[in-house]
Amino acid sequence: MPENSNQSSDTEVLDASVLIEVSHLSSSYGERQVLKDINLSVNQGEILVIMGGSGSGKSTLLRNMLGLMKPSSGEILFEGMNICHATRTELLKLRRSMGVAFQGGALLSSLSVGDNIKLPLRQHTDLDENTISIMARLKLELMSLANFEDLMPSELSGGMLKRAGLARAVIMDPKILFFDEPSAGLDPVTSVELDQLILQLRTAMSMTIVVVTHELESAFAIADRIAVLFDGELVITGTVDEIRACKDERVSNLINRTPREVQVDAEKYLSRLTKGAD
Amino acid sequence: MSFDCSEHLSYKVLHLTGEIDLSNSSKVRRCLLDILNNERSVIVDFSELKYIDSSGMATLVEGLNIANKKGLSLTIAAANGAPLQVLELTRLNQVFKIVDSVSEIRE
Repeated sequence: MPENSNQSSDTEVLDASVLIEVSHLSSSYGERQVLKDINLSVNQGEILVIMGGSGSGKSTLLRNMLGLMKPSSGEILFEGMNICHATRTELLKLRRSMGVAFQGGALLSSLSVGDNIKLPLRQHTDLDENTISIMARLKLELMSLANFEDLMPSELSGGMLKRAGLARAVIMDPKILFFDEPSAGLDPVTSVELDQLILQLRTAMSMTIVVVTHELESAFAIADRIAVLFDGELVITGTVDEIRACKDERVSNLINRTPREVQVDAEKYLSRLTKGAD
Repeated sequence: MSFDCSEHLSYKVLHLTGEIDLSNSSKVRRCLLDILNNERSVIVDFSELKYIDSSGMATLVEGLNIANKKGLSLTIAAANGAPLQVLELTRLNQVFKIVDSVSEIRE
């Protein structure tokens, strides 16, 4: 059965298969509330896709799950540890088991592609440099970026940057990979190849993967479960079939790509437009 | 993770057990390089191996490269489950000689 946002989650007894448990999470930017009472779990080994339109709060949810933002209320447990109250040292330790692939790749422009990918290993492990080099090349091969090791990020296309960012995100073989908008800006073939790669990473590397996207085809191709956000609320969490069958207008509009009808308060709208006019 | 060595014909057999990851692959590397430095061909037994990460795979790749340069061999035996999938994902199954079991290796 699909879960809805009103279900409370029992954080006292954490299921062994649950890697991340988000409970009653609310988050704001100043006065503006972006996430409202989110309850969501990420299970070990699954691919969870967080979907929603622009401004629905999906990137904010991702930032909260990474411990990059403090929620205004609620909690996030990562293997039982509350990351909202974690110390800087605890968060740094925790992040070693997390890989993050950001939208634009987020590579350091002053380092070659190879050195960018090796950076986490050089910073966080005492592995021999031979091992580090082979690991980086294995990941570059995996991302179809063999022979691009010595190039600078500025010499790569958008799709290549994304794959190089993914290579760096998985260089430490993280327990969980967060992937922000994998398909954005990619051609259809590259996008499908990236979807296949995500599926292979999960299977072969036993990785749990959280993908944030608004790309329907990609979400349906890779997801074990999909969580749909709308205006900061979690509308539904369910399998692809459950999402497809969902009768909620906010979900079906997203699936059917129906433009949102914006309701305006005529008086306030006119007032905004004519503000300051005689 | 644990590992131990045995003999099979003229080969040294390195038995890997459990999970090889960033925390222990350096120990496997030292052991593997010791075997190769002693001019022995090696069979890496995967039969009890549950998981191997890319630091473990990189160690084996380095070992294979050294073995080739020395005219020795490095063979993987009994790869199964997730380790086999890692070999396939990285296409290293096309680089290593992989056999079903240690006993399959003849002189």
